[in-house]
Amino acid sequence: MTLPVVKGASYILVQAPSTLFQYGSTQTQTRQKDPNAEYLKQIPGHLRSFEACVGYAPNQAYIGNLLPDELGNIAEPWYDNPVADASRFGAQGEIMPEDEFLGLVKMYDSFDLVKLTQEFTELVKAKLKIHPIFKDKDLKALSEGVEFNEIDELVNKHVADGLYFEHKLIGCVKQAHDTDPNLNAHVMLENSMTKASGILALLNLGRLGYDITDIEYVIEASEEACGDVNQRGGGNFAKAMAEGAGCVNASGCDVRSFCAAPAHALINAASLVKAGVYQKVAVIAGGAVAKLGMNGKDHIAKGVPLLEDCLGAFAILITANDGESPIIRTDLVGRHTVGTGSSPQAVITSLVTDPLDRGNLKITDIDRYSVEMQNPEITKPAGAGNVPEANYKMIAALGVKRGDLERAEIMNFVEKHGMPGYAPTQGHIPSGVPFIGPALKLMKAGQIQRAMIIGKGSLFLGRMTNLFDGTSFVMERNAGIIEEAAAGQDDTALKTMVADAMRQLAEILLKED
Amino acid sequence: MLKGKKVAIIGDRDGIPGPAIEECIKTTGAEVLMTTTECFV
Repeated sequence: MTLPVVKGASYILVQAPSTLFQYGSTQTQTRQKDPNAEYLKQIPGHLRSFEACVGYAPNQAYIGNLLPDELGNIAEPWYDNPVADASRFGAQGEIMPEDEFLGLVKMYDSFDLVKLTQEFTELVKAKLKIHPIFKDKDLKALSEGVEFNEIDELVNKHVADGLYFEHKLIGCVKQAHDTDPNLNAHVMLENSMTKASGILALLNLGRLGYDITDIEYVIEASEEACGDVNQRGGGNFAKAMAEGAGCVNASGCDVRSFCAAPAHALINAASLVKAGVYQKVAVIAGGAVAKLGMNGKDHIAKGVPLLEDCLGAFAILITANDGESPIIRTDLVGRHTVGTGSSPQAVITSLVTDPLDRGNLKITDIDRYSVEMQNPEITKPAGAGNVPEANYKMIAALGVKRGDLERAEIMNFVEKHGMPGYAPTQGHIPSGVPFIGPALKLMKAGQIQRAMIIGKGSLFLGRMTNLFDGTSFVMERNAGIIEEAAAGQDDTALKTMVADAMRQLAEILLKED
Repeated sequence: MLKGKKVAIIGDRDGIPGPAIEECIKTTGAEVLMTTTECFV
């Protein structure tokens, strides 16, 4: 039996301001009520440029060009203090502009539902040609494009939803059925974007040097559902994304639990590797179109740019022990059960201290907790406060109750064992997983020993239960393959001892004969 | 303070969830009309 390790991680953002304006749920619901609403008129003036999005420090942290702690050295508001010489490509991912991404949506369209104009196709082809991932053979899927009038007609007949770049109609996603509500144009647009962003995250794993062609299993953990009228959530975004990324040896499945899904998926992936079912499993998730500009009304009211302009996605590679990558401690898993209850004390006990107790660890033995890592610059103007900090305070408070730390040390704990939130409010994207990449880097460098990844999900939003959900696990620095070998030697020594004893017994019996 | 009052509870998943607030409010003699937990992220 091998220990499962986090071998690699990629994090991607897609800046999608026109998609925000057209299809973010806050905007669509506002438009439904009043197409001339003042809020909608104000949006274009509050969107930021791609350069501003790339230079935004939390985005640089998300793609691995800054460590989360380094955000503490950057003056706030971060949107007024861009990172100098920021790059769209990161040590652990990339930020893609909307035009290139719309090209990807077309490239990975399996049913010829996506149409782009000839002019836009040419523009995108030229841009993707110099992208480090895409080759000429990939770009063939863009085809030559169609006449603008064809797209305009499909949109006007309400059989397609428009695709926009810089607020101009440049394409569309057609409905996949004329009466099936689960295959209508809007659902197809959302799912196509989730799929394309997940593929981009997988491909970035490849760009970072990991061989993705021998991945055996892919688990997808976003919050979308794909299926037709007879199976709304039939699923397997995972296999569709694996196909798009060229993971020819992979099968896969989807795991859902609202925002907690990625943490569940990682525990599943680690368990599959530990059990020897598969050697190489990727956990991936695409982005959520509906959440673009979710808190836009509050941001505009408070003079904050529309910071929720990015789709987020990630891909994390779990493999058998390589002797150097951080281990996922499947024996130190926390879970919020049906009977746990909802008091903060019960929740933190189930997710944090129960697994720590099993490992005889104190709250302070975890160097860093990765909780709900939402960027506070997005959540505070919307009245949701600083979410990671609130989580850290609750963990610290339980630590005081258990005697792991003194009451006066609560804020020190928050600073030492926490970190600033930096992930976009894309639901499942900020939930525990953003720190896996930085933890991988810090553990390999010997700078931290352990991290706890905590995912929480709002199951009650689906109206099937009043419960919410949560799960957690400990990531630990790898002690080295040499120790694994040493354990093997101990086993050999034991076998030798038993063999010697048996031989001596046989000799005694022979003498007695 | 809340005795005899009618209370609607809106909890926060990342703060104090509704049912936990309800347990506390019940001890005050208030009448809980509804309890919900919302996700603000």
